Order: sequence, then C-alpha cells, then structure tokens
Amino acid sequence: MEEKIKAKIMDEKKMKRTFLRLGMEILERNREAENMVLIGIQTKGVFVARRIEQLIKELENIDLPLGILDITMFRDDLHMHEKQPAVKKTQIDFSIEDRDIILIDDVVFTGRTIRAAMDSIFELGRPASVQLTAFIDRGHREMPICPDFKGKYLPTSRRERVKVMLKEIDGQDQVLIMEPTRF
Amino acid sequence: MREKTFKQNHLLGIEHLSVADIETILETAEAFIEVSTREVKKVPALKGKTVVNLFFENSTRTRSSFEIAAKRLSADLINFNSSVSSLKKGETLKDTVLTLEAMNPHIIVIRHSASGSPHYLTTFARSSIINAGDGFHEHPTQALLDALTIQQRLKTLRKLKIAIVGDILHSRVARSNIILHQKMGNEISLVGPPSLVPLEFEKMGASVYYDIRRGVKGADVIMMLRVQEERGAKNYFPSIREYRNLFAINRDIFSLAKKSAILMHPGPINRDVEIETFMADSRQSVILEQVTNGIAVRMAVLYLLKGEIHETLN
Repeated sequence: MEEKIKAKIMDEKKMKRTFLRLGMEILERNREAENMVLIGIQTKGVFVARRIEQLIKELENIDLPLGILDITMFRDDLHMHEKQPAVKKTQIDFSIEDRDIILIDDVVFTGRTIRAAMDSIFELGRPASVQLTAFIDRGHREMPICPDFKGKYLPTSRRERVKVMLKEIDGQDQVLIMEPTRF
Repeated sequence: MREKTFKQNHLLGIEHLSVADIETILETAEAFIEVSTREVKKVPALKGKTVVNLFFENSTRTRSSFEIAAKRLSADLINFNSSVSSLKKGETLKDTVLTLEAMNPHIIVIRHSASGSPHYLTTFARSSIINAGDGFHEHPTQALLDALTIQQRLKTLRKLKIAIVGDILHSRVARSNIILHQKMGNEISLVGPPSLVPLEFEKMGASVYYDIRRGVKGADVIMMLRVQEERGAKNYFPSIREYRNLFAINRDIFSLAKKSAILMHPGPINRDVEIETFMADSRQSVILEQVTNGIAVRMAVLYLLKGEIHETLN
C-alpha cells in the first residue's frame, strides 16, 4: 500500500524529553528497580526498549536485563492469513520468575499484540507483575489493555498508520502519521 | 523492512526452491530453535491443524523429528504405520492417501521407497505435501538441517568446499545436498568407490574423487554417508574392511581438511565402518547438533507451508 506523510507529530527533541519522562516514571513506580526486567516486542519495541535500558543506566547506574520477544507464534489471526507472517527471534536469557516485567512496544493499537505477548510471557514463567510501556497509544483498543506508561496519546483514524522512527534503524528520530494515498 | 515471500505449497525437493526460499526456511528455523530451549516447549502457531506422518519405509529419527516439530507447534499429528496398514491388504497408494484426505489433514509428510511418489501425491491431494525421503531422489529437510548446522558453525553458507563421502548413488541425502550447495554456489566434491559414485554426478556440477585424501583436501565440511546395507550397498564393493580402509574418515584424513572444518553425518552412524569412533565423538563432529536442528527446520517447514509470508502487524 502506498502512503504519504499526513503529519509530523514529534521531532528528535520532543522524543528525547518523552523518553526521559518514561524512564523517570518507570523508576518512580518501581522502587525496587533491580527487580525489573525489560522485554521489547519485535521489531520496533526492541529498539525502544534499548533506549529505555540506556536511560535507566544513566539515571540510576543499573544494568537491567533486556529480552526480545517475538509474538508471531501467539497471534490470534494465524488461521486467517493465506500468507504466513515471518517469525523472528525470541531471546530471553534470564528467568522472569517473580520479576517485574516492563513490556515495551513502540505503538499500542488494538491490543492484540500485547495479548499475544502476555500469553507468550506466561509460557516462560510467572512474573511478579507485567507493566506495559508504549511510546505511542493510538487508540482503537479491542482488548481490555491499557498501557501503564505511555509516551503520548495520539488519536488517529483506523486507516492511518503511526510510524515511530528511531536513529538506530531509520536514520532519524521522529514520529509520523501516515495515510494511504488511495483508498 | 525486507519483504519476504515463501510461495511454495509443497516441499518436494530442494530442486524446486529458490535461494531466497532456502534462506527464508533457515531464518524461520533459527527463530524456532529458541522454542525447544524453553521449559514449556510449545507454541500455538499451528493449533487446529492436522499433520499426517505417512511413512512407507522404516524411519525412527525423521518420523519422530517431524512428530516433535508438529507437537511443539501445537498441531495434531497422526502417525500412519505402513506395516499395519491396508496397503498390506492390497490398497493402492492413491486410495490410502484419498482415505486419509477424507479426514481433512492440512499437511501430509511422506516417505516412500519410490522416487517421485510425493510429486505423484500432489497431482490429486489437496493437502500440502512434504517429502521426507523418496527413493534415491531427495530428502530436502535433511539438506536444510545440514545447511542450518553449517551456517551456525561456520557463520556462512557461501564460498565453501563441501566434500560428501560414501554411497552417493543410493543417497537421497547426498542428492539434496548437492542441489542445495549448487544453488548456493559452493564447491562440491564427491568421494567413494567408482561403483557408488558414477561420473554422471559431474553433470550436476560436482567433482568426483576416488581417493578420499584428494577429495577432502581443504574442505570446510565433510559429510559422511552411511553404508546402506539394506539397499545392497555391499554388492558394490568387495568387503566392508576394504571400504573402511579406503573411505572411512579418521583423524589422519580429517586433518587434510581446513582447520575449522566440521564433520557431518545424517545418521544412523556405523561406528568404525564409515566413521572412526574418535572422530564421531570429536569436537569437530556436529552429528548431534544436526539432530537438534532437524526439529527447528521441520518446525519452520510445517509453519511456512501455508503459502506466502508477509511482514506484519501495526
């Protein structure tokens, strides 16, 4: 589908401030910071998670374990596709038993990805808590899921797409709303 | 993000796969390796799908590997055992498959002693067909798991020298591997007695050697094949002892390969026939890694065989 930029919502400066606030909020809520583990959802969530990991290191000088979670195998729509979605790597090299999981994604939308992520996490053990961090909450939830920490609430239309871009993979830091050129 | 597509409906052989298809299978397999390291070795990806294992030849490892792969993906699996089936009562292969299909399976995994039987099934079956070994023809999942193992150990699948030693003539494993490494642009040398390595194979782009020392020289990978007594391999050389003296791999011969070389064998191994016990248990031997990777590769193939892949979500 071809699409064009409808609006630029955040630039590098704004994103930096938002990340900083997210990091502070996570630390504020979790007094036992050492009990936290970060899990980023493939693919963008992993990069957002790395930023938060870095921030927490700068703020508190602690190294939190960071895991990577691919939720493809737990999707609820696998039987509907004619094409199988690509499976990516899951890598969680630490025990999540009794830890406070900070589950991180770039955008929360219908909530179905998060539902799949939670199913996947509970196959790995029983965490003390799961707290959801989304850099952008774009509304349209179909599941009873609400982020504990959100960078920005961004009301969108369903046919639009929110694009969180990060220097590490996209060359620059910005958040865009994209809309299809034809529909 | 890279767009990937896997458009195959069946896995009949390496012959029908493009390099991109092979890479997609291997990447997917790498992602599935992790599932087998979990405490709960199960993901719901194929929940509600039915896989039939239809084996007309004895096989423990391939059949159980497919079985574990299907179960770890939450598929339902039926093992169809030919020795107690109606085939013994005179039913044809086609009728057997049509009967199974009436139970609406999604995937049929077949092993048969007749080359081409999986292809034949695709002419009338509605399910996806996976070839788990057909006669002397192909054994694609074995070549794919070998490729995954090579990639893990040597960090690449290109610019390699692959030496395959033994009964090439009767080996579907060799044929699938030759085709795969041909597609990857690797150099292939085949080693064995002239009766088991006909010069015909040079037409497939491989070099043929009757002297193992020349064949394995500078190799990155040495694949040993089993002497298949059940296929009458013994009729092709004078004695097992002579075969062992000329074509078995031992420390001395292995040292002619590259320092980083790995030793592979599709199993089951005949210790001290084609492979010296010391070598089979050495650090360079990846025989057990091949078995482990077999599950991940078969999971990937079962998962992918529903059509195309596309990039996902959001």
